[in-house]
Amino acid sequence: VGAVGWLRWGWRQLTSMRTALILLFLLALAAVPGSLFPQRGVDQAAVREYLADNPELGRVLDRLSMFDVFAAPWFAAIYVLLFISLAGCVLPRAWTHAKAMRARPPAAPRRLDRLAHSRSGVVDESPADVVEAARAHLRGRRFRVAVDEDDASIGAERGYLRETGNLVFHLALLVLLFAVAAGSVFGFRGNVLVREGYGFSNTLTQYDSITPGRFFSSSDLAPFSFTLRDFTATFRTDGNSVGAATSFSSTLEVTDEPGAEPRVVEIGPNKPLVVDGTKVFLVGHGYAPKFTIVDGEGETVFSEAVPFLPQDGAFTSTGVVKVPDALPEQIGLNGIFLPTASLDLERGPISTFPAPRNPAVFLSAWTGDLGLNSGRPQSVYRLVTDDMELIGRESLQPGDSWELPGGVGTVTFDGFVEYATFSVADDPGKWFALGAVVAMIGGVLLSLMIRRRRVWVRATRQDDGRTLVVVGGLGRTEAAPVDDDVAALLDALGVPEEEPVPVASPVMPS
Amino acid sequence: MSLESTSFQLMNAAAVVYAGAMFAFAYDFAKTSRFVQVADDDTAEAPVAVGASGAAAPVATRRSRSRGSDRTEALPEPRSKAAGIAVSLTFLAFGLHLVALTMHAVGVGRVPWANMYEFSLSAALAGVAIYLALLRPYRLRWLGLFVVAPALLTVGLALVVLYPRTSDTIAPNVDSYWLVIHVSAAAISGGIFTFGAAVTLLYLLRERAETRAAAGELAGRTSILMTRVPPAATLDRLAFRVHAFVFPLWTFAVVSGAIWAENAWGRYWGWDPKETWAFITWVVYAGYLHARVTAGWKGRRAAVIALVGFATFLFNYFGVNLLLSGLHSYSGV
Repeated sequence: VGAVGWLRWGWRQLTSMRTALILLFLLALAAVPGSLFPQRGVDQAAVREYLADNPELGRVLDRLSMFDVFAAPWFAAIYVLLFISLAGCVLPRAWTHAKAMRARPPAAPRRLDRLAHSRSGVVDESPADVVEAARAHLRGRRFRVAVDEDDASIGAERGYLRETGNLVFHLALLVLLFAVAAGSVFGFRGNVLVREGYGFSNTLTQYDSITPGRFFSSSDLAPFSFTLRDFTATFRTDGNSVGAATSFSSTLEVTDEPGAEPRVVEIGPNKPLVVDGTKVFLVGHGYAPKFTIVDGEGETVFSEAVPFLPQDGAFTSTGVVKVPDALPEQIGLNGIFLPTASLDLERGPISTFPAPRNPAVFLSAWTGDLGLNSGRPQSVYRLVTDDMELIGRESLQPGDSWELPGGVGTVTFDGFVEYATFSVADDPGKWFALGAVVAMIGGVLLSLMIRRRRVWVRATRQDDGRTLVVVGGLGRTEAAPVDDDVAALLDALGVPEEEPVPVASPVMPS
Repeated sequence: MSLESTSFQLMNAAAVVYAGAMFAFAYDFAKTSRFVQVADDDTAEAPVAVGASGAAAPVATRRSRSRGSDRTEALPEPRSKAAGIAVSLTFLAFGLHLVALTMHAVGVGRVPWANMYEFSLSAALAGVAIYLALLRPYRLRWLGLFVVAPALLTVGLALVVLYPRTSDTIAPNVDSYWLVIHVSAAAISGGIFTFGAAVTLLYLLRERAETRAAAGELAGRTSILMTRVPPAATLDRLAFRVHAFVFPLWTFAVVSGAIWAENAWGRYWGWDPKETWAFITWVVYAGYLHARVTAGWKGRRAAVIALVGFATFLFNYFGVNLLLSGLHSYSGV
């Protein structure tokens, strides 16, 4: 066996059903860790947390791509092999099937009575009439029919759509894979947080995070922009799920492209904004308390609504304020915003309801070096207090001012606005994917519901001048209703009910 | 009293009647199986309940011209008072179940499958409905125990464990017409998967009994019980048809979920744990359908694959909802 022989052997192995089955189960097995470990593609923060909690194990798992299972080389290896195996099996079958579709149904074998579904009977009509009647009947039952007039026999077959459906299903599966790939290389996903009264325009720099596909270019971004006019959430106030959200809604003022007339759009769950194929989804919300800070020298150095991140279902929210321009010293605030404030003896300040019934902030003030010039990247949601000093704590209600100890400045809690987080996505492959799955469902229905079978008829003149009709059937798929076909055909030909068994060998024409 | 609490009472009543049906089916199953060896499967056309109490219904012959000839392979049903009672009780329980679920739906003003309590009841109802629909044409009395028992288990779990923990609100993002389409397809699939798994399990037991009988071994307790069910070849065919029916439905459930996800979250597939396990279930059942036509894999191996598929479905429901967190964890327990 030479190299070619080995290649041929390998190809045969790869395209065998056994290999396809094993690859199929490997694929299922390989997907399991993707649901057990946090995934970077789903929740980056959860992965970081896992790695921080389990540094040793985490490193090993990370090396095995357990946090990127669906982008892992071994996962790709399985599905690429599976799809090669699939293509290697399906394409030749498609060719064979295309030929079979054009070919005539096979001619009647000599011994029809040897078939599992075989019956016979005697009628008075001539063999030619019997054959013609059988042809008409089988055509009516949507069989493909080939008449052999010399032999006075018919070969018929139906259920070709079964294999067609089977092939459509598998070919559509290949199309689906390409559609998914196309979506991930030509599309993008981004997230952005927008406060009430603020705007967003669809350019790369405005996103808080964006995952562009490999061949996605920023010029593909639809040039729309919007302003968040209002965000509203309502919550249950009674029943056993007090505080559960009952509705979310954002009112946007959308400009489809520069210079276009703005339109007002309301979006919410299952109701995205659609602009030119790009969809904008409302995915979250929170509160942004507004602070005005006057520094030790009397300058207003900060006046802004700062998004705080919700920590629980009642929107106990945390955030920080960094004031690098404050003089004589930089000021940092660590804060907790509570829409409905209450003081829990064990847990400290906590919110008891997600809507603003009794809003308050709890602040701790720091002075010193915020570390923004150190060159190390910082999160806007975390205060680095290494070079700072805690100077005091205070709780404020809207309108309250707090004079910071040591004359470093004054903090005023002006009130709050709500913010909404939006997910923006464009997947140009999705329509192909949808077409593919529709074809898959159609194909699998055909391939599982249609039953392919063959029926043959032979009419032979007997010595007594009457005609012996022998009908044989062959199910080419499981549970094919061949008996029904044979019975209906005999009825149509007027062959008497229940002939005695066994069928006698027909008198063959010499 | 509110409609929901009346519905809850009625559902408890249904559970009691299901329990009665289960015991009647179990009694019938034990009573009508006989201390005889299971026939070798090579004689599959012959009635199997060799020793069954004399009243074998006529087996339609291969020559019958009646339509639906594949139904003739159903087992001749031994006449049994217990089985009759069991079937009546199952119909009664099903009726109560249906009324209770409808009342619940009217009470909450939406389709009854938005949380685990409701989904469990709907899936169980679907499983029993399929069974009752096929009971007469396919003569499925022998299967009753294996449909009613899991249905009762599911209903009991819903009433005892899930109901007290169920929120009376659904999340706004669940409130969509896709809830009607996607989740109903999943619930019905769940009912049929259970039905398919019951037949498959019986196939494995019966197949072993037949293999042992062919080897001349003495019949054990399971072998004796297995005289009550049709030949392994028949069970295998029935299991295949059930799975061939449910596979496109499950495909549709997954696809409609993907379409909903695209409209709700901006991506049609994101490997959320629920999506991942739906994919795993799909792949395993696809494997079963292929194994069934592959030399060396048909029979026992294929049956085991179908049971693995059912296990992944169960994990997707209970495991993913209760143990893992993800976008589907709003299911209200």
